[in-house]
Amino acid sequence: MTLYIARRFLGFLATLLIAAAIIFVLLDLLPGDPARFILGINASDASVAALRTQMGLDAPALSRFLSWVWGVARGDFGLSSTQRAPVSELIWERMAVTLPLTLFAMVVSMLVGLPMGIIAAMRRGKAADTTLMVMAQTGVAVPNFWFGMLLTLIFAVGLRWLPTGGFTPWDEDAGAALRAMVLPGMALALPQAAILARVMRTALVDVAEQDFIRTARAKGLTRDQALWRHGVRNALLPVLTILGLQFAFLIAGTIIVENVFYLPGLGRLIFTAISERDLVLVRGATLVLVVVVSATMLLVDLGYALVDPRLRRESGR
Amino acid sequence: MTFSKSLAMGVAALVLSAGTALAQSTEIRIGVALEPPALDPTAGAAEAIDIVVYQNVFEGLTRIDQTGAVQPDLAESWAVSDDGLTYTFKLHDGVTFHDGSTFDADDVKFTFDRILADDSVNAQKALYAPISTVSVIDPLTVEMTLSRPDGLFLFNLGRGDAVIVAPESAETNATQPIGTGPFAFVQWNRGSRVMLERYEPYWGEKPALTKATYVFISDTATMTNALLAGDIDGTNNFAAEALPVFENNPQFKVLVGSTEGETILATNNKKSPFDNLKVRQAMAHALNRQEIIDGATYGYGVPIGTHFAPHHPYYLDLTDTYPFDPEAAKALLAEAGYPDGFSATLKLPPVAYARLSGQIIASEFAKVGIKLELINMEWAQWLEDVLTNKDFDLTIVSHVEPFDIGIYADPNYYFGYDNPEVQALNEQLNATIDDAERKTLAQKIETIIAKDAVNGYLFELAQTGVWNAKLEGMWQNAPIEGVVLRDIHWAE
Amino acid sequence: MIPLLRGHPRLLVGAGISLLLALAGLVSLVWTPYPIEQVVVAERFLGSGPQHWLGTDHLGRDMLSLIMSGTLTSFLVAGLAAGIGIGIGVPMGLAAALWGGWVEWLVLRVSDLTFAFPAVIVAILIATLVGPGESNAIFAIGIFNIPVFARVARGGALTLVGQDYVAAARLAGRNRIAIAWLHLLPNIGSLIIVQGTIQLSLGILAEAGLSYIGLGTQPPATSLGLMLRDAQSLFLIHPWLSIVPGLAIVVIVIALNMAGDGLRDALDPRLRRQELGHVAG
Repeated sequence: MTLYIARRFLGFLATLLIAAAIIFVLLDLLPGDPARFILGINASDASVAALRTQMGLDAPALSRFLSWVWGVARGDFGLSSTQRAPVSELIWERMAVTLPLTLFAMVVSMLVGLPMGIIAAMRRGKAADTTLMVMAQTGVAVPNFWFGMLLTLIFAVGLRWLPTGGFTPWDEDAGAALRAMVLPGMALALPQAAILARVMRTALVDVAEQDFIRTARAKGLTRDQALWRHGVRNALLPVLTILGLQFAFLIAGTIIVENVFYLPGLGRLIFTAISERDLVLVRGATLVLVVVVSATMLLVDLGYALVDPRLRRESGR
Repeated sequence: MTFSKSLAMGVAALVLSAGTALAQSTEIRIGVALEPPALDPTAGAAEAIDIVVYQNVFEGLTRIDQTGAVQPDLAESWAVSDDGLTYTFKLHDGVTFHDGSTFDADDVKFTFDRILADDSVNAQKALYAPISTVSVIDPLTVEMTLSRPDGLFLFNLGRGDAVIVAPESAETNATQPIGTGPFAFVQWNRGSRVMLERYEPYWGEKPALTKATYVFISDTATMTNALLAGDIDGTNNFAAEALPVFENNPQFKVLVGSTEGETILATNNKKSPFDNLKVRQAMAHALNRQEIIDGATYGYGVPIGTHFAPHHPYYLDLTDTYPFDPEAAKALLAEAGYPDGFSATLKLPPVAYARLSGQIIASEFAKVGIKLELINMEWAQWLEDVLTNKDFDLTIVSHVEPFDIGIYADPNYYFGYDNPEVQALNEQLNATIDDAERKTLAQKIETIIAKDAVNGYLFELAQTGVWNAKLEGMWQNAPIEGVVLRDIHWAE
Repeated sequence: MIPLLRGHPRLLVGAGISLLLALAGLVSLVWTPYPIEQVVVAERFLGSGPQHWLGTDHLGRDMLSLIMSGTLTSFLVAGLAAGIGIGIGVPMGLAAALWGGWVEWLVLRVSDLTFAFPAVIVAILIATLVGPGESNAIFAIGIFNIPVFARVARGGALTLVGQDYVAAARLAGRNRIAIAWLHLLPNIGSLIIVQGTIQLSLGILAEAGLSYIGLGTQPPATSLGLMLRDAQSLFLIHPWLSIVPGLAIVVIVIALNMAGDGLRDALDPRLRRQELGHVAG
């Protein structure tokens, strides 16, 4: 087990290092001069050259990469070239939106999706099953940004129950911060809930055909009771896998939804940084996203190995 | 389901708190499409910087009022020598920066020495190049000498690029701006908002607002929703296509005004076939200006026939120089040696007016045989490709600097127009102070560049603000970039 | 094929609708009611009528023509992206299953690496390098598809490798590439097709998302996502312009998913567990 963890962890580190190299190479080739962008169209070449030097853009690429990686390892992501603030600080600020939003969306998708799947499985073949699965089928097909717009029109513009977007920092007004999460969280959660419902149903239906459920029924439990007591627990393994993958997906999905709700999350940070040619910031933020996604994968794998030692021959994705 | 129950409870809690979200009579929340990269207007060109801080947090020696006229600001008066080379400014007494330090002549000298220094990162450094010395006469008197007369000098002093900064705070103004204005910076939640509050020890007349929040919303649909839901109280410039939502709504007022943005189909005059006058004339004839204005600005743009703002007293209406006439365009193309037209690229920056105009112009040009390939790009790449490397055929951009006809006298400017006559006229214009003479000179240049069809002259951008109907005192026009809070107040 | 369809109405309906829409898209290559780049500002925002069956958009372009062309773009982007995923991912997965050892380790690490870059991030990175466009979306979604197909191929192949006929082939001296080609690929073909259908529907959604944030298809070309983007700020004034492309996306995705589900049931009922493949990117 220890060996497995160590191997898996080394792989994780190697992935990160290669990812860092890829990000750096891609961004180093970027067209566009950040100094020129900051100073605008009427700036003189001399001013631009002065700013370039000030921003350290004159050093050779390899030494810039090494000093970046070394800095990141110590938690120093460098200084944003447009915002003139430490990148780590900027990212941390945005994480306070992106992470809770992702978690909120996950919780909502579970609260909606799992019961839907269980009910559908228990009423398999009946009207409730059909209705729920049609809903799930539609839920998967509706683009989340589109659903977000719809939610805003109904709950923010029409009913005025929730803000149309924006974000109040947690330490200023936690209630307002939470309210700001509701609509974007629901928009993000819908397709995931639909997927979860389908996975849960399939898994339960599968389990229902297995021997131990038959045994349980033979012992006098009704089909529903048997499913509920034994089936759901056994169906949770595939569901857990999906949740791990969903977390990674949701983190990326926030980028689109953040735009609809003008939330100051990591996605918009990357987006504006790109359009402003803030290389240092794009690099740092992209890497952080990659780290979060990879770390989630690592945790899912480790959790799996813990639950089911047979799976230690790497659960490839 | 438990979920719907908890949602219902949550909703009930939210309804209760919604009441407090209603605007109080001395606070304002303004929606802005672009977030500034930093907040120091003397070290960046982004309009978004000026929108937040110009005349609110920072002030210059002069300021530009909403008619575009120069008003005294930190300099309460000034005297100009007869040769127009020496300016003596009398500074206001009792002015303090928001950190409590006193404003005096040393700050003025520091500000301009910083702008003119070799390692200056001021975006408009060239505008202040005529300044040869800045000397402190006494704590409240500054003398500036110029190397040549400059008709726009006082106007340029009133720009955001020349606001007065203190030596102690200049380096940190990007994130923690400290100026002398009526509003002090409170906090900036990046990606979200900037908050300002009234600076009580302000030297001048106190504004009515006590608190202003700038909320950054890039998406038009989202901005519409935020306005409708009352999450913001207004925006200074709203996308024209969605204006009908607010036009007949008594809760809002739509302010349509002018800007200094000449939107042009910029043409690479140094590159074949655009170095051929006949080709440029043909393109001018192929442009259906009204269709472009209707399609790209929903009718709000004002047609222009040269590179000058239509509301300016020096403006000459030259829109009929090359009227819309596809047949004439085809004939000119044939004369120029392109009977079957030609292909070219059109590089478009990420703004709605450019992207829409681009599609319309491509369709119009196709009818006379000019095939355009549209290339969309981000600003940074546009600046690099078009402005720095001049690697383009055509592009669409709005030149938002006030009184910027001087760019036609610079043969190295991106569109590469090299005409010694215009260069001589412009030099004369710069050195002339008399208004009538300046007007004659400016109009001569306007006429020449229109006849030469240097660029395709499309329209002057409009400023279309949407505000809560109870708000008053917003600038209708935008003679300079900024959202000046000074006069804004809630009606009773 | 016909008997296959008969017992599976979901497959029939799903595949039918998908093919019909794909066909409408293909027709746009040679004919649309109006050229899609033809701008007539004077005729914008027309409702549905005999001239324009689905009305006109904010530039006076014919909506029906745009929908046809947009559907083609969406299918093309998603299809090519699935092609990239299959072309690179399947060989990777087969290699991992057959060789094991360091090859498998490498494949898994490469999978991890590509998986660590969500499609949006890849699209953003490519967009900054070469500018936004369809090819950008194809690569971004395609890269995301690689580990998905690698996983499916490896999983499918692992269950086969242990079976007698593969062992027999090995003993007969066949090399591994031949085994992969002759024995593994035909047997995991149905798995790949099912996953391909799912990735196609995900690709159409992903293209819509990328175009919506401005990283995908660029005018004067069009896609369903781009049409949504163009129409979103007009939603309260001209909701029709959003509803048409929005519905088109929903219908295509549902149809493809139904086809995928139906296909899975039809080809091999045991594959129902492959529901896992539904996670989007």
